[in-house]
Amino acid sequence: MKLTCSFDGTLTYILISVIYWSPGPSQNPVAIQQLPGVSYGMTHQPPYNPMQAKAPVAPGPGLYHSGYPPVSSYQPGPQLASYSTPPGQPLLTRPQIAGPPLHTPPQSASPSPGPRMPLAQATPPPPAVSSSSYYSNLQQPQPNAQPWQYNPVPAPMGTPPPPNSMSSPPRGPVANHLNPPSSSTAPPPPPSSSTAYSLPQQAYGSHSVTQPPGPGIPPTSLHGYNQPGRNMFNILARGRYCQIHGPGQAQLSPSLAALSLQSSSPEALRVVNLLQDRNLLPPTSVPAPTPCLPHDLQKVNCSPEVFRCTLTSIPQTQSLLNKAKMPLGLLLHPFKDLSQLPVVTSSTIVRCRSCRTYINPFVSFLDQRKWTCNLCYRVNDVPEEFMYNPVSRSYGEPHKRPEVQNATIEFIASSEYMLRPPQPAVYLFILDVSHNAVETGYLNVFCQSLLDNINALPGDSRTKIGFITFDSTIHFYNLQEGLSQPQMLIVSDIEDIFLPTPDSLLVNLNECKELVQDLLKSLPTLFEKTMETQSALGSALQAAFKLLSPTGGRMSVFQTQLPNLGVGALQSREDPNQRASAKDIQHLSPATDFYKKLALDCSGQHIAVDLFLLSSRYCDLASLGCISRYSAGSVHYYPSYHQQHNPAQVERFQKDLKRYLTRKIGFEAVMRIRCTKGLSIHTFHGNFFVRSTDLLSLPNVNPDAGFAVQMSIEENLNDMQVVSFQAALLYTSSKGERRIRVHTLCLPVVNSLSDIFAGADMQAMTGLLACMAVDRSVSASLSDARDALTNAAIDSLSSYRHSVLTIQQPGLLSPACLRLFPLYVLALLKQKAFRTGTSTRLDERVFAMCQLKYQPLAYAMLMIHPALYRIDDLTDEGALNINDRTIPQPRVLQLSAENLSTEAAFLMDAGTVMYLRVGKNCNPIFLNQVLGVPSYAAVPDNLYLLPELDTAESQRTRAFIGWLKDQRPFFPTLHVIRDESQLKPSFMQNLIEDRTESALSYYEFLLHLQQQISK
Amino acid sequence: MEAAVFILSLVDCCALIFLSVYFIITLSDLECDYINARACCSKLNKWVIPEMIGQCLSTVLMLVSMHWFVFLLNLPVAAWDIYRYLKVPMGNMGVFDPTEIHNRGQLKSHMKEAMIKLGYHLLCFFIYLYNMILALIND
Repeated sequence: MKLTCSFDGTLTYILISVIYWSPGPSQNPVAIQQLPGVSYGMTHQPPYNPMQAKAPVAPGPGLYHSGYPPVSSYQPGPQLASYSTPPGQPLLTRPQIAGPPLHTPPQSASPSPGPRMPLAQATPPPPAVSSSSYYSNLQQPQPNAQPWQYNPVPAPMGTPPPPNSMSSPPRGPVANHLNPPSSSTAPPPPPSSSTAYSLPQQAYGSHSVTQPPGPGIPPTSLHGYNQPGRNMFNILARGRYCQIHGPGQAQLSPSLAALSLQSSSPEALRVVNLLQDRNLLPPTSVPAPTPCLPHDLQKVNCSPEVFRCTLTSIPQTQSLLNKAKMPLGLLLHPFKDLSQLPVVTSSTIVRCRSCRTYINPFVSFLDQRKWTCNLCYRVNDVPEEFMYNPVSRSYGEPHKRPEVQNATIEFIASSEYMLRPPQPAVYLFILDVSHNAVETGYLNVFCQSLLDNINALPGDSRTKIGFITFDSTIHFYNLQEGLSQPQMLIVSDIEDIFLPTPDSLLVNLNECKELVQDLLKSLPTLFEKTMETQSALGSALQAAFKLLSPTGGRMSVFQTQLPNLGVGALQSREDPNQRASAKDIQHLSPATDFYKKLALDCSGQHIAVDLFLLSSRYCDLASLGCISRYSAGSVHYYPSYHQQHNPAQVERFQKDLKRYLTRKIGFEAVMRIRCTKGLSIHTFHGNFFVRSTDLLSLPNVNPDAGFAVQMSIEENLNDMQVVSFQAALLYTSSKGERRIRVHTLCLPVVNSLSDIFAGADMQAMTGLLACMAVDRSVSASLSDARDALTNAAIDSLSSYRHSVLTIQQPGLLSPACLRLFPLYVLALLKQKAFRTGTSTRLDERVFAMCQLKYQPLAYAMLMIHPALYRIDDLTDEGALNINDRTIPQPRVLQLSAENLSTEAAFLMDAGTVMYLRVGKNCNPIFLNQVLGVPSYAAVPDNLYLLPELDTAESQRTRAFIGWLKDQRPFFPTLHVIRDESQLKPSFMQNLIEDRTESALSYYEFLLHLQQQISK
Repeated sequence: MEAAVFILSLVDCCALIFLSVYFIITLSDLECDYINARACCSKLNKWVIPEMIGQCLSTVLMLVSMHWFVFLLNLPVAAWDIYRYLKVPMGNMGVFDPTEIHNRGQLKSHMKEAMIKLGYHLLCFFIYLYNMILALIND
């Protein structure tokens, strides 16, 4: 029985009151896309299909570099160096002299005088090297602290390792690599950052540190430096040091200083007294440390932006790791938009027969016909086809193949990698249309964005789209081709949801585009006068699940209030009065398992759920978030969203939607992370479902998703020089191609504590600790997590003090590579996710936790430790030049009120939000030329956009802010604030080095650490 | 009477032994990747309550028949089973949660627990057997 009534002239309503439907199988007839198994046009292979070559080019902004035909595009080696540059980020940087890759160790590590020779005649670095140096760090950052002993595996102390020679693993015919550190011509590694940073005690400060063993390093620790690969540099460094120690020293030019920073490896272990040296922030972003690998291995290693390890030198045994007390784990950003990515089409993808590892640059060739897997050490045959090298068009050089030359590579997979034919891209939008939702006015923005971007949705001719709206009932939209206008079908039986017309709710976008556009135009007006306040989100999700089950795809859910009807209804759990006072925060874990179960069902059917939460009231994100968390979706939160009252949030929503709709997407994805035998993964962080021990099920994968894993060492790695990690992401592209993206990271194994500390990566460590702390706050309590964070800092520094330093000095000593670690830990403690004593809404706290777990490290770091710049005196000195735009580069300031002045303007970049603080006595030129106002008093209260003035100052400022915005995929809102602004407290809370009512200042925190360490 | 109590306990104990073995087999299937976490956890969660009941049953039997030593032997295990069941967070799908079982070594600790229980139930099995025979002879 159907009752049809016409409404409004735009839509036809059909109210269905009796259920007589049995949803037929709506498996869409999908053409099986047969991928021609082809390789690089070898003559004896099946012919290369030119059409195929074009296929891989993905659409969308900045995805792949333009045309990436699999065949012609390989460029051997050097190409890799540039791929790591994110789009929009120029290679050209500050006055950084192309230094040698950081710790390029000589082949043999014995501290024999031999290696000096090559050093002396160091040749100019090859181009590849120079570009890779973009990433090399100023210093070896952070050692990690292991606050939690999560590693359950107590490994016996390893037997003394064999004389550790840093020779690369046997690689057969591959050119021998006795690469002297290439650019050692470079001026003396000077010392410390101190010259550059103008420490108070510059006079000697800078010099004393020059000496590899810094002032605090006992002679014994020298031994540590002479570990494989480092000795050469030391010798050089010391030699040089003697020469320049004289009068010349004072004239070290800044560039020399910068260079030296890069090249001296002991720099990472230079002892820093944190209580004395305050200016420890590098002038720009903190670079990732470079693993201490032979040059030819490091040259092809995976970019740190994609694959990063908290310890760039892996300890040999678990007991050594326990002694270092730093967390061991990997941080991945596997689906990052890359500007250059080699794509291989080949009928056979070469993999290890026992562990299924993909062939990679770190395998060794025993001879032309055999290769040894670098993960399980099985000897495999080289297939006949692999003998031909399409790049050089020669035969018999398997080690020159692109697979063996690139640590990041993508394969076009054959049908054996498919469980079913590739499905079309399917997008389903689920929109809240209750009174509350209409009130916020988000529908207008959503519909307009989708209309604008409807042609840019990733997909091909098969792409399907559908819409569901809900309040206390569920509304479906029949968009079947042939209808003159969209038909709305209302199902009011929300307890037992069913699909009214299963076949016509998801329609082909290209065939029904006009109907879709009609619908989008009429949607905002359709519900204008609704008075329905209830929200049956659970039922809407169940309906959407039924709709998408046959094909899988992506659900985008827009929700503006707490679901309060039908299945999955939630209660408000937050007590606003307890926000600031509560000792411990309750309700961080979900209230019901409904969303988790549904998410797992979705995951099983290859459906991902992305959640957009636009609400000013409590929505129980802790429960709702599960729907995205376990289905590999993403969560977006716009607190206090309102069309009129919050224009900044509206703009952010608009920009984020644009990115969301047009970004690359992979369907039916799985990711497997393999590591060398002896290592194992014991905890995973991110949004996904762990299907088996090392297999992550990712119904969708998007370029903005990051992952982290914690590892333990189960067997001693005694006889290994290097270990490797491989992340392989198998996905169906929006064009219906099955592809595998493989990243391989190779790291050295070391057996001394000082080497482990020298290789610590403080940012990666902070990122991993944040993930662990989120877990801890949910499973135990927030105060527990906070204690664990503090302990992480205490443990790593005390381990350093007691096990690495032999001469004890007063002060809080830290190796240079860990010097920012306590600061980051303090920043975490003051982060929204973990802070106490400051009023924080529960949803915002939970959202911050989601972000810490889900964001790639680079963006998470900005959230944790915002960057502060002074921008009223921008100059072109040291500026970058990108696409004819000059981008000034002010230096990063410490987050302390003492750096602020009322005469200047400061920009604070906290990831998703930027604050431009204008001081009371700010330079009138800045007010005039940049903000376009005559005086301080005239700065409007809610200015969130810089006026486009035609002045040099305005251009510089906008270029700089625009450049910062371009570096992240989401859109940060900009708030111009004055002293009286409402947002001033949020700005001040980000000044983490300062004392607040409820939290320690940085100096107090350091004193606390010192006290705990010396106990 | 005494014999009846021990025969009943023996049957209960056999069931618990089978259950432990079933837990071990299912968990090791998961470890070797023969089944997925979702299937494994829903299989195991079904048996958490029966296991708890079985354990409580033998505890109560020992209590009412006033075998204090065996009662004290049973009590901690029963208490643990109940505690474990009550401690499950609201958002979890049971004692075994598919989204967490691969994290923080949970799989290993579940495995260890199942092994320990197997050993314990075997011990109980022989105690009951001995007591049953003793009771039968005395009768």
